[in-house]
Amino acid sequence: MSESTTTPSHRNIIVVGSGPAGYTAAIYAARAGLAPLVVAGSVTAGGALMNTTEVENFPGFPEGIQGPELMESMQKQAERFGAEVIWDDATSLSLTGEVKTVVTGGGETYTADAVILATGSAYRELGIDDEKRLSGRGVSWCATCDGFFFREQEILVVGGGDSAVEEATFLTRFASKVTIVHRRDQLRASKIMADRALNDPKIAFAWNSEIVAIQGEQKVAGVTLRDTQTGEVRDVAATGVFVAIGHVPRTELLVGQVNLDAEGYIVVEGRSTRTNIPGVVACGDAVDHTYRQAITAAGSGCAAALDAQHYLAELADRADVADRAADHEVAAAR
Amino acid sequence: MTDAPTLGAVIEAGDSTFRDLVLEASGPVLVDFSAAWCAPCRLVEPLLAELAVTYRGRVRVVRVDTDAHPATAAAFGVVSIPTLSVFSSGEVVRTAIGARPKPELVALIEDVLAAR
Repeated sequence: MSESTTTPSHRNIIVVGSGPAGYTAAIYAARAGLAPLVVAGSVTAGGALMNTTEVENFPGFPEGIQGPELMESMQKQAERFGAEVIWDDATSLSLTGEVKTVVTGGGETYTADAVILATGSAYRELGIDDEKRLSGRGVSWCATCDGFFFREQEILVVGGGDSAVEEATFLTRFASKVTIVHRRDQLRASKIMADRALNDPKIAFAWNSEIVAIQGEQKVAGVTLRDTQTGEVRDVAATGVFVAIGHVPRTELLVGQVNLDAEGYIVVEGRSTRTNIPGVVACGDAVDHTYRQAITAAGSGCAAALDAQHYLAELADRADVADRAADHEVAAAR
Repeated sequence: MTDAPTLGAVIEAGDSTFRDLVLEASGPVLVDFSAAWCAPCRLVEPLLAELAVTYRGRVRVVRVDTDAHPATAAAFGVVSIPTLSVFSSGEVVRTAIGARPKPELVALIEDVLAAR
């Protein structure tokens, strides 16, 4: 591999990101003896599961497991086999050359022969002005963090997928009433979760509805909903608005280097994890339009590590051939 | 600053000590409103510990457990954690909501120091 490179900051592989995809890639790369560096993020380490409570569908945990606990276990497993984890953000990436460079928020520069992109996704925003203005003042993206502050209050959850339904169910521990605001007339969430919400006496539904405005000066006081079918507008009282309308890939650092699709997801070749740049592979939510589960992210992280390993083996073979050719030339010149 | 023994460390403040430790502090105070169950709060903790060292003697860094001290959290309208507020002369002068990378927190503090 890269034994020939002696600078301490040069690695075989750098993994950018530390969700299920990043840590699984790190576990596989570490077990292959490649001593990967994981740039885990300063405040995003552990990825999306850090903001969840009980994860009930990750195989191997029949009683369920807390999201943060699962991520800590993955981290330990990667470290056990020799992955090095740093708690800093990648702030710039230079990927197109044979030697890849990752610069961190702390100002460190690391180089590597291969990079595994596992940058995940960020919360999708509603895209209305009031949302930013009242963010942290009743508008929240983290039910597990903020639910506690809405005891005996009436709140809304926006969205219709698993995350929205999980949050709504969780928030009934605190709130007197939780209304799920969804643009369609039925939930997209898995049946078990949807049924749980539909049968919960504390959960109400505003079907075919979207938020067009949020009222309140210092704090959320209510919202204006628009009926997506009739266009009719109505006001609803609420002190909290929890937004769970999905995610957008976190790929802004990759623009102009790695091929991204129209929605910003990283484009990979067929069923592989290979991007358009040799030695750069991608996995997890930053790639996945469709499934976006912890377990699919972990699976793609494994594939990314194997693809990266394959690339490094080829690189080593090429270096061997080049070395032998050079030896021949030297011998011939004598 | 009167907290010589805890210089360079994050200090716990609560409903009974907030006035003393934050509102009546002579210099700026960075307050982390957090709770044990909040994963993003835990991610910010090491950054706050570093800031307490970097700004020792200039900026006090204080953590308020909002679970144990709901009155203080409510008094400052905290409904999202972590909320990171810089207090100066008893007033909130800057606030960042959610786990933020260290450079953003440094900028927050530097802004307040520059304005004094």
